[in-house]
Amino acid sequence: MLKEHAKLMKVFSESGEIVGRKKLQKMIYIAKKLDLPFYEKYDFHFYGPYSEELTLRIEELCNLGFLDEMKEKKGGYFQYRYSLTDNGKEFLDQCEVDMPDLKVLTQQMNEQSSRFLELVSTILYFDDLPKDEVKEKVFTIKSKQRYTDEEFEAALAYIDQLKELN
Amino acid sequence: MAYPKGKLSEEKVFKDPVHRYVHVRDALIWDLIGTREFQRLRRIKQLGTTYLTFHGAEHSRFNHSLGVYEIVRRIVDDVFKGRPEWDEGERELVLSAALLHDLGHGPFSHSFEKVFHLDHESFTRDIILGQTEVNEVLRRVSDDFPKHVAEVIAKTYQNKQVVSLISSQIDADRMDYLQRDAYYTGVSYGHFDMERILRVMRPREDQIVMKQSGMHAVEDYIMSRYQMYWQVYFHPVTRSAEVILTKILHRAKELHETGYIFTHAPVHFYSIFEGNVTTEDYIKLDESIVLFYFQAWEDEEDHVLADLCRRFMNRRLFQYTEFNPNEEMTKYFKLTALFKEAGIDPDYYLVVDSSSDLPYDFYRPGEEEERLPIHLLTQSGHIKELSRQSDIVDAISGKRRTDHKLYFPMDLIVDMSEKAEEKKAIMKLLGLG
Repeated sequence: MLKEHAKLMKVFSESGEIVGRKKLQKMIYIAKKLDLPFYEKYDFHFYGPYSEELTLRIEELCNLGFLDEMKEKKGGYFQYRYSLTDNGKEFLDQCEVDMPDLKVLTQQMNEQSSRFLELVSTILYFDDLPKDEVKEKVFTIKSKQRYTDEEFEAALAYIDQLKELN
Repeated sequence: MAYPKGKLSEEKVFKDPVHRYVHVRDALIWDLIGTREFQRLRRIKQLGTTYLTFHGAEHSRFNHSLGVYEIVRRIVDDVFKGRPEWDEGERELVLSAALLHDLGHGPFSHSFEKVFHLDHESFTRDIILGQTEVNEVLRRVSDDFPKHVAEVIAKTYQNKQVVSLISSQIDADRMDYLQRDAYYTGVSYGHFDMERILRVMRPREDQIVMKQSGMHAVEDYIMSRYQMYWQVYFHPVTRSAEVILTKILHRAKELHETGYIFTHAPVHFYSIFEGNVTTEDYIKLDESIVLFYFQAWEDEEDHVLADLCRRFMNRRLFQYTEFNPNEEMTKYFKLTALFKEAGIDPDYYLVVDSSSDLPYDFYRPGEEEERLPIHLLTQSGHIKELSRQSDIVDAISGKRRTDHKLYFPMDLIVDMSEKAEEKKAIMKLLGLG
């Protein structure tokens, strides 16, 4: 029971506080695409890959008192901060989480902006297409985000970097 | 580009208990229906294990797929035709996507996906883009037509109106399955005025909106969906059957991995167990195959596998009790220990199952929930979000309801005569003693 929840808790224990639901969604998706054993089901939504299952698990972890969610007003919208509670740390200590070392990877991703991770995860979502098509696709369906060529190239380089880390 | 064969010389019709008739005039649609991959959907039940609760629920994904196609056909041919904001050039694409949207569903999809980490959407894509009869038919339209069909189903196609007709909070998929599942289960929920909803749908910029005059029909649809989820889809008995099904698959996989020699070797499952399933292996797997093995495994030497299969085939399901994980985790761990002492493997016989649904949600900037809201079109031409106009919808908007249940085999606990102490403790913890 709670095996998949424990894996998510491991992410918080390795990366520390994560700010923003979007960032969290994209971090787990990217980790999944790097073949780490996360099994949340993802679909393509407004901001790229999004998992309702992940949202639900995070909500359950908050209800169980294992995860702390802080809602804060930022400009015209709300932002959420997540961190592991003492109870969560205690529970995680008792769990055997079968997971490779996540520390460097999750910390690396956590330092990026959610806008950038949105681009990275969207590129990974279309990773079966040739590079030119991926670019065209990203620029078409993400036109509102106005990503630049430089950002696109930086995202590709970042993906290579993450793959090497893994 | 259009399908070279164009229209059929005569319209074909399918009798349908929900829509009365499903009309086919396009040779493209007729040819797609005739492919082996689409015909396979006749052998996949729409509601998985629900037939063990509602005996009428034997309908297939084939019926539902035709139903979704018919709803979209009515929208584009009767409601949107001639409207300047609808691109007539998307007709063949949206009809094909509607028909094929569930093509990658396998037998008892939910359990298979959970145990083997499969994704039916990725198989839908593989079937549409791979070397299949469906792909061959779609390529007759144009080389990139299969790709566009796959994009619509994956929600990554650039025309959001087309995507919304198949997947949004009020789409043809949901409108068909609510009515169809209500009809076949025999429940009195799930009914709403679809004709009215179709009449008030309008294409606007990058979305489909509803004329405000149809708001009450939309409210009725949202409430129908809410009731169907809790009365049918999340029925605790159906979930019990699904828990057992999931455990059978886990057990069979575990036995295969440990080198157990099956009396009835699960050859159809090997690639799934080993994580290298091809599209062709997947297409060959349907419910008849799965149930064949379950029946054969009733006589396996492994007593856990045999027992679970007998339970599933003969509907001897697990009992259940309410479970609150926030307050009862200690109880769960105590029960796990007691089950072990009693020689009942808790990995297979003590299961917490959770169901959760969010009946309707709207997009709150910055909150990243990412659901497209239902928009109403006022008489003055303004667009307003549904829950801001409807008190009924507002009352359930954004409110997720979750239900947890603890499943266990009552008969095995009752039989624990040699372990009287443990039996008493288990019964007490389960609230039965």
